[in-house]
Amino acid sequence: MSATRSLHLRGRSVGLVFVGGALGTGLRALVSAAVPPVSGLPVAVLGVDVVGAFVLGLLLATLHRAGPDEGRRRDLRLLLGTGVLGGFTTYSALAADTAGLADQARVGAALLYAGATLVLGLAAAFAGLRCGGRRGGR
Amino acid sequence: MSPALLLVVALAGGLGAVARLVVDGEVRRRLGDALPRGTVLVNLTGSLLLGLVTGLATGGLLPPLAQVVVGTGFLGGYTTFSTAAVEAVRLATAGRWTAAVVDAVGQLVAAVLLAGLGLVAGLALAG
Repeated sequence: MSATRSLHLRGRSVGLVFVGGALGTGLRALVSAAVPPVSGLPVAVLGVDVVGAFVLGLLLATLHRAGPDEGRRRDLRLLLGTGVLGGFTTYSALAADTAGLADQARVGAALLYAGATLVLGLAAAFAGLRCGGRRGGR
Repeated sequence: MSPALLLVVALAGGLGAVARLVVDGEVRRRLGDALPRGTVLVNLTGSLLLGLVTGLATGGLLPPLAQVVVGTGFLGGYTTFSTAAVEAVRLATAGRWTAAVVDAVGQLVAAVLLAGLGLVAGLALAG
């Protein structure tokens, strides 16, 4: 029955995530094309991942403050969170580029790239969750 | 990147995001969501596949255009960093530090190893 079908199999969810994912992926492709690597380090993907982690934290905390995950709030989470920001940020490029640097015997560069993305990304997600949790309150 | 290629890459990313929604949803349905296993599964499989695609393209077995559509588009949209970061931070702020460290560091180390494995396999297949 479609009324009890899991959220991830509903046509509405799939449509929202598809549109959002296409927009986010297109935006990432544009940023990657505009910002060349710096001495072999893909700084565009690093920037995209860190900015995306902050905005996703901000979005999810803001939606959480606004009320339960249903109706328009759930639509926004699927379109903007799962879709746009999920498509905008990427993990596979982070992993493959790090492996590629290590493969070229640039182990230091590989550690720097992966480490910087992880530390900055976690800090950005934390800051986004904090900002969203506070906004408009008190 | 031409506007036509950008459009194809974007649409491939939309398909990848839907694949992520379905895989993550199925993992949650079967295993629950006490731990972010869905995102981890998506990111590990996507990293392995991107390594493979990169190896095949480097070895000349896959045209550069296909590498961009599948790699930047589909697998870029399928895998996600933002959700992984938020999930790790939520584990940490809930006081589940071991789970948070394993999720953040373990996921990245495993993804890099799998991407490297895919890269080597792709180069071997192409060579």
